[in-house]
Amino acid sequence: MQWTKFANPSQLKRRHVLGMNERNIHFIGRYNQRHLYPLVDDKLLTKKIAEKAHLKAPELIGVITTQADIKTIHQLVSHGEGFVLKPAQGSGGKGILVISSQEDGQFIKPSGGALSAADIERHISNTIAGLFSLGGRSDAVIVERLIQCDPLFNRYSFEGVPDIRVIVFKGYPLMAMVRLSTKESDGKANLHQGAVGVGLDLATGKALQAVQFDEVITHHPDTNAALSDLQIPNWREILCLAAQAYEMTQLGYLGTDIVLDATDGPMVLELNARPGLAIQIANGLGLKQRLKHIEKLQQPFYYPSYEQRVDYAMNTLSALK
Amino acid sequence: MSSRTPFYFAIVALIVIGLFTSWNRHAQNGIPLLPDYDREVWEIEARIEFTALDRPVLASLALPEASQPGFRLIREASSSPDFGMTYQQTPYGRRAEWSKRSALGEQTLFYRAQFLVDPTNQELSPPEYPLTAPKLNLIGPERLAAESLKEAAFSRSSNALSFGRELVKLLNDPNNQNRALLRSRYSQLNILSTLLSEADIPNRLVGVLSLEDGRRRQPIEGMMQLWTGAQWLLFDPASQQFSPLGEVLVWDASIGSLLDVNGGRNSRVSFSMISQDVTPTEAVASVNQASEPWNLSIHSLPLEQQAMFKTIMLIPVGALIVAFLRIMVGLKTSGTFMPILIAMAFVQTELRVGIIGLVVIVGVGLIIRGYLSRLNLLLVARISAVIIAVILMISSFAVLAYHLNLSQGLSITLFPMIILAWTIERMSILWEEDGWREVAMQSAGSLLTAVIVYLAMTNEVIRYLSFNFIGLQLVILAFILMLGNYTGYRLSELTRFYPLGGKS
Repeated sequence: MQWTKFANPSQLKRRHVLGMNERNIHFIGRYNQRHLYPLVDDKLLTKKIAEKAHLKAPELIGVITTQADIKTIHQLVSHGEGFVLKPAQGSGGKGILVISSQEDGQFIKPSGGALSAADIERHISNTIAGLFSLGGRSDAVIVERLIQCDPLFNRYSFEGVPDIRVIVFKGYPLMAMVRLSTKESDGKANLHQGAVGVGLDLATGKALQAVQFDEVITHHPDTNAALSDLQIPNWREILCLAAQAYEMTQLGYLGTDIVLDATDGPMVLELNARPGLAIQIANGLGLKQRLKHIEKLQQPFYYPSYEQRVDYAMNTLSALK
Repeated sequence: MSSRTPFYFAIVALIVIGLFTSWNRHAQNGIPLLPDYDREVWEIEARIEFTALDRPVLASLALPEASQPGFRLIREASSSPDFGMTYQQTPYGRRAEWSKRSALGEQTLFYRAQFLVDPTNQELSPPEYPLTAPKLNLIGPERLAAESLKEAAFSRSSNALSFGRELVKLLNDPNNQNRALLRSRYSQLNILSTLLSEADIPNRLVGVLSLEDGRRRQPIEGMMQLWTGAQWLLFDPASQQFSPLGEVLVWDASIGSLLDVNGGRNSRVSFSMISQDVTPTEAVASVNQASEPWNLSIHSLPLEQQAMFKTIMLIPVGALIVAFLRIMVGLKTSGTFMPILIAMAFVQTELRVGIIGLVVIVGVGLIIRGYLSRLNLLLVARISAVIIAVILMISSFAVLAYHLNLSQGLSITLFPMIILAWTIERMSILWEEDGWREVAMQSAGSLLTAVIVYLAMTNEVIRYLSFNFIGLQLVILAFILMLGNYTGYRLSELTRFYPLGGKS
């Protein structure tokens, strides 16, 4: 962190950088109605509406809602493969436990660390008791099939599945980045824990620039792969998936997290009604110009379809610097 | 999106109303705009409670002398529905008497006095009535012990004051066997008073009130006064020292009892006090203000409630600071109200003890919780265990502080338990999930915010303004609303977005 270096506020304004206060008042406050928040804050609900909208999402293995049902986890994961435990109401990646494989009753994390059956049960118990949910409300545990990371990303990510964050405003994809986990982030894709954020060109899905801890870098710190070579496959499909989240949730200002599964392609992993602003640093570009552009856009009587919106974003928005 | 015009209008209106009412209070009632210690007024309220027995009731309360060193009585009033009330001048001082033909059940009587702090008022008159009658009947070995103490003190002293000082020294010496003999039966105050009387030095036992702003339900303390021939000196058995009058007000110098109630039982009296800065003319002019029914000011409440509001009125100031630090600076704190609560706890404990206590207790709590989480316990049981551990820690902290003679350490017990347990729990979850970095950032942010809020809350000018000019609360509200409308960058974002705006 560079506490000594201060950006010039007028310079930030000229480059259309969106600040936290303006995000909260003008965009989240104005375009996201509070009663819609549970749709994205409760991952079980998100899964339900995604299923209704026929959007691909990681396969649900099961849900555990009571302390008495904790033991059922062993039947749920008896297939012996990897799985993910998630608190239904967790936020910011809290309480997510990834098990990549199982060996002789031991559960192996992506980092290689092993957990016993008791460790898994304790994690589930904590989650249900509300350890990871806001205000300690009792929660449910979602058991999901583990995403098989597209081999394309092997060079770019350390022990974790990269996810693609797309900011969607009034249904238009505005800006995108891919988050790559690092050793420092402990295999998690959270930027404030040290994951690498790579800004992506909206038209092509190609890397623009990369940052770690808000500082520009050129190579992945663990694998040393040049990040400028990164190109996301199925780019239009990913943007379409992100854009459809608008119809699904009616949230005007939305962050969609998309993962690429090796066999099933792009999937919606999570939605966020208060997406962070680090995406601007990863892109080297402020969000505000694109937000204002969409705000001013004259809309026809019928709202454009998600495909029309994605095309508009790829053709017009990507050119806005 | 609704129009913002009413919003801006409301902000302007709040500021105008707030400033106008404050100015009005200054202009109409003569409340100075800044605290002025020369014109400080202590408003003290005695609250008498007893259970009446359906018989004629006569309650008599000793009253303070109207003029005493450092203070001057400028007004007094009593509130006692259906009771007859008179002020009596007795040979041993003034008393207030309430009477009623018949009463049944719980009764509450109020007496309220305003004392102007007046350093020029130095009473020089000697006592009017004889004050040298011995109080204890000492015989046998006790008599011998008393004589030898008196002789020892007499030989080392030259006048009444130094005689008193030497006596106190001897009575505090744990190796003195004469002292040990007397102290095994009598209180130090009684021994001292008796020995002084036997040496023909006028003295009296008095009930005093330690003046501390915002105190509620305070009892009266026993002290002793000694006439040196030129002035009254007060002896405080707690600090074992003679001191000229100043911080304490002599309430009851009557030799008799503080409160007598005939026709009632369970009688008790307690005192509340509050300090105000007013011009003497205002103080006199507002004599009947409080009793007027249309006076809806907070200053018309009973003193006990007023003392409470003195603290409550500081919360908006804290809220403004927290809002500023979060919205303009971008400081990360754990919650919005939390730093204010911590600051209020610091006000109770004083800053240094508060910070050390908070850091130590939360730190140890984090360690304990870390251990408990490895024991594979259920979350609820774990939090409960942490709460008990915190209580045990606070008790040992208090005991340790007591034995090290750190009286401030005892005040840590006032630290709101829930805040501590909750902080520990939140911080340890944060640690597990977001790493030490986030914990360090949020704790440092919360602590820094709490210290700034503490400094504001203990600032004399801010305390004075927030309570005496309630209208300013509206101005604070307006500022907070304006902050809520601020869409510019936070200070922290200027460093965060440096890669975007640093290069030109």
